[in-house]
Amino acid sequence: MSDEIKVAKVLDLKGLACPMPVVKVSKGIKEVAIGEIVEAHTSDPGALTDFPAWAKTSGNEIVKTDQQDKVVKFYIKRKV
Amino acid sequence: MDAIETQLAELKSQIDALKAGAPENKLAMVVFSGDMDKVLAAFVIATGAVAMGMDVVMFFTFWGTPVLRDKNKSVGGKDMMGQMFGAMLPKGPDQVKLSKMNMGGMGTAMMKSLMKKKNVSSLEEMLALAEELGVRIFVCEMSMDLMGFKHEEMIKYKHLGFAGVATFLQEAQTSKVQLFI
Repeated sequence: MSDEIKVAKVLDLKGLACPMPVVKVSKGIKEVAIGEIVEAHTSDPGALTDFPAWAKTSGNEIVKTDQQDKVVKFYIKRKV
Repeated sequence: MDAIETQLAELKSQIDALKAGAPENKLAMVVFSGDMDKVLAAFVIATGAVAMGMDVVMFFTFWGTPVLRDKNKSVGGKDMMGQMFGAMLPKGPDQVKLSKMNMGGMGTAMMKSLMKKKNVSSLEEMLALAEELGVRIFVCEMSMDLMGFKHEEMIKYKHLGFAGVATFLQEAQTSKVQLFI
C-alpha cells in the first residue's frame, strides 16, 4: 500500500512536543513542490488530531495516516 | 440601463468596504501575565498559529513586560522606584516563575528539568523560534514607563516594537482571533 505513495521528503519529528511537530511540518512542506508528498513521523499523541487540523487550515491534504506502536506516519500532499 | 450601472457601482463600493473591514488571517494576543507557564502557553499558541498560516502579533503588557528584559543588560539613571522594580521583577524569560507550585523556585526548577526531559521547548527557545517565524512583538510603553524599564534593557528581537493600546486595538480589529493571557 505504502509503496504506491511516492514520497518526496521524510520528516523525522519523533520525540518533539507541541507545538514543534506542526511548526516543523509547516516548514517542511514548503520544501517540496505542490502536488508532492511529505512523510512525517511523530510520536506526539496530540498529532493525531493536530495534523488533520493543521492540514485543513493550511489547505494541504493528508492522503494517508499510518499508526504504529507509538509512532504515527502522516503522508501529506502539498496543495498550496 | 443607467440605474443598473449606478446600482452596480454602489454594490462594488459596498463590497470594497466589506473587504477592507474583513478580519485578516491573524492572531492578536495580549500577554499580561509574567508567569512562566502562561507565557509558555502564549508562545506555543503563537508559534502554532504561524504553522497554521496565520500572522501573529503579541502585546506584552504589565507583568508580561519584564519577561522581555535582557538579563545581560543593565542601564543606569533610574529613580528609586525604577531601581526597586528593576531588582524585584524577573529579568528575562529565564527568570520567570510558575504561577502555581513555585515553592520558592524549587517547583519552577523541577518543571524546567521535566520540560527538558519531555522535550518541551523552554521559554528562551520559544522566543527564538517566534523570532525565526516572524512573530511580531509589541511592548506596552505605559508598562515600561510605570516600572521604570528602558528600551535599552529589553532583549534583542528582530520584530520588537513599543506601542500603546491603540496599536493593539487596531491589530485586534483586523484579526480573526484575539487572546488575552
